[in-house]
Amino acid sequence: MKLLTEPNFHDDGDRGLWPYTRGDEFYEMLIDAHRDLDEAGSAMLNSKLVLLLANHVGDLGVLREAIAAARAGIEPVDTGETSRGDGS
Amino acid sequence: MLATYDYPRYAYRRPPELDSPRERPAPVVVVGAGPVGLVAAIDLAQGGTPVILLDEDDTVSVGSRGVCYAKRTLEILDRLGCPQAAERGVSWNVGRTFFDQDEVYRFNLAALPDERRPGMVNLQQYWFEQFLVERAQSLPALDLRFRNRVVGIDVRADGARLRVDTPDGEYALDADWVIAADGARSPLRRMLGLDIDGKVFRDRFLIADVVMKADFPAERWFWFDPPFHRVQSVLLHKQADNVWRIDFQLGWDADPEEAKKPENVIPRIRAMLGPEREFELEWVSVYTFQCRRLNDFRHGRVLFVGDSAHQVSPFGARGANSGIQDADNLCWKLALVIAGKAPPGLLDTYSAERIPAADENIANSTRSTDFITPKNKASLVFRNAVLELARHHSFARALVNSGRLSVPTFLRDSPVNTPDGDDFAGRMRPGAPMDDAPVAGPAGSWLLPHVGNRFVLMMFADRPGALAPETREALARLANGPVPVELLLVAPPTAWPGMPSTASAPDLAASGPLLYGVEGVPGARVLCDLRGLVAERYDGRDGTCYLVRPDQHVCARWRRFDPEAVARALARAIGLLQGAGTPARQESLA
Repeated sequence: MKLLTEPNFHDDGDRGLWPYTRGDEFYEMLIDAHRDLDEAGSAMLNSKLVLLLANHVGDLGVLREAIAAARAGIEPVDTGETSRGDGS
Repeated sequence: MLATYDYPRYAYRRPPELDSPRERPAPVVVVGAGPVGLVAAIDLAQGGTPVILLDEDDTVSVGSRGVCYAKRTLEILDRLGCPQAAERGVSWNVGRTFFDQDEVYRFNLAALPDERRPGMVNLQQYWFEQFLVERAQSLPALDLRFRNRVVGIDVRADGARLRVDTPDGEYALDADWVIAADGARSPLRRMLGLDIDGKVFRDRFLIADVVMKADFPAERWFWFDPPFHRVQSVLLHKQADNVWRIDFQLGWDADPEEAKKPENVIPRIRAMLGPEREFELEWVSVYTFQCRRLNDFRHGRVLFVGDSAHQVSPFGARGANSGIQDADNLCWKLALVIAGKAPPGLLDTYSAERIPAADENIANSTRSTDFITPKNKASLVFRNAVLELARHHSFARALVNSGRLSVPTFLRDSPVNTPDGDDFAGRMRPGAPMDDAPVAGPAGSWLLPHVGNRFVLMMFADRPGALAPETREALARLANGPVPVELLLVAPPTAWPGMPSTASAPDLAASGPLLYGVEGVPGARVLCDLRGLVAERYDGRDGTCYLVRPDQHVCARWRRFDPEAVARALARAIGLLQGAGTPARQESLA
């Protein structure tokens, strides 16, 4: 397991007075960034954010774990597409 | 009328000013006898400042309203000789948060073990106010006037004239200082034409108090999207007398009058508690809220405290608790100004310290509100993503925000403090509200009752009986100054010969006369740091000194006693030293 899932938010090393302080500050920044966007705008913001942070992380092992952890519990839907790997 | 509580009716008495005007203005009039106004009036009167406290009503809070009183509030009430709320309330430290059917997050408010008071008690506001009224009525310097409604104010440079309406008609009341504790809709604020800007939240919540016998633990339970109240949130709290508070999020479109009808409330509660649980509906209310504050809490001779100065969402119990901290902060300063021992400019530090506190409370309660009631699709998806991840990952549990419960503000960057010059570890830096710790001493077995109500120099000493004569002389000068600084020595158990290092308080009491004063230093007392926790929490070593404010906040600290440094820190704390970071307003001692 390379993906860090313990609380890790800090401000230039300062973890704040209470265990929730820095995490709440991050969450506020995130929600504020979406405040005046429509759904398409929000989806674009989120996608760009994922790409920026993924590049910052860089390590594909970590990113693979993160994608798996994020996908867990989300039910796939039948997209109507079938495998066309060979013979079609 | 409630099944578990009879409202007291306090007697109205004809105010003397109706028959003959005052010869001199009242030093201070407090407007509003809610929790904050009562605390302010008690604090001043207990210290000997004569106070008139006006209230338009003749009873306590109608309905249970604010029910969560935080550790810091209980400590302030201890300082004010009013421990009943802590004793009568339901103590709790643990909060549990559920998403759908599963617990996703649990917090414990007891940041430190071994403190006198719990993280929180739940108590109906009417009980809380009743205990304060009883304390207020026991103080000779406090004139509490029921059915006295302020209907006008004229502010002058040196005071204010209030117009007060009573059952016997109106009278004029001159005051040198006015404390506006008249609530969220503050008539005084409106009369003075002061703007209060902020954010209104478009959501409604239903409060139901029910009486039932239930063996649920005394914990705060919060549900996101539970099966019995889909999509919305629900909060459950235990109060005194088997009264339980249930708080249902309703959404903005709910009709408050319809929602309050018992035929609509009871099915919601039944869905939550199950069909077999017997309960009685005690009180129902629907509320909305906003977050906003005044730009300045001091307007000349009028000082705003509590909801009149700032309002927060209820998540986190940061309303009454922060208002009581306002009064705690203001009253020692006002008492010094009224006594002529500090310049009126000291009162600007009230605003300078409590505005960042209000902003901290508004920020925390706004973040909780945004998490609990997401206002757009993106924030709803993020909220639910946090709750899903919280099932498996601890970082997400720390993001689950069902309310960040009231903690006292660390008054950093305050002009009252003297910044550290020496190295210290830990969080008891200048501006910090003091951590409690078990001790053995003349004022009982906790640290906090040994400080407060005056300036105290807390000095760590391995051998309290061996202070040098010149040190004792310097300490005596501080104790005899115009604003006295009392000495409190903190010594390890080894200072008492023959004392086992593991002694507990009863052992100490049984072992004879071991607590003593300091020769030649008036008022000095010695504490035994039974388990070394005072030294640990304050990073105290032999010689370490803390200057403690009357509101039990750290003012300054040093590794060695330097009488000049203490005198300078005291002068800064009472507004006599103009320097970097002190208020710019120049005022002489009037």
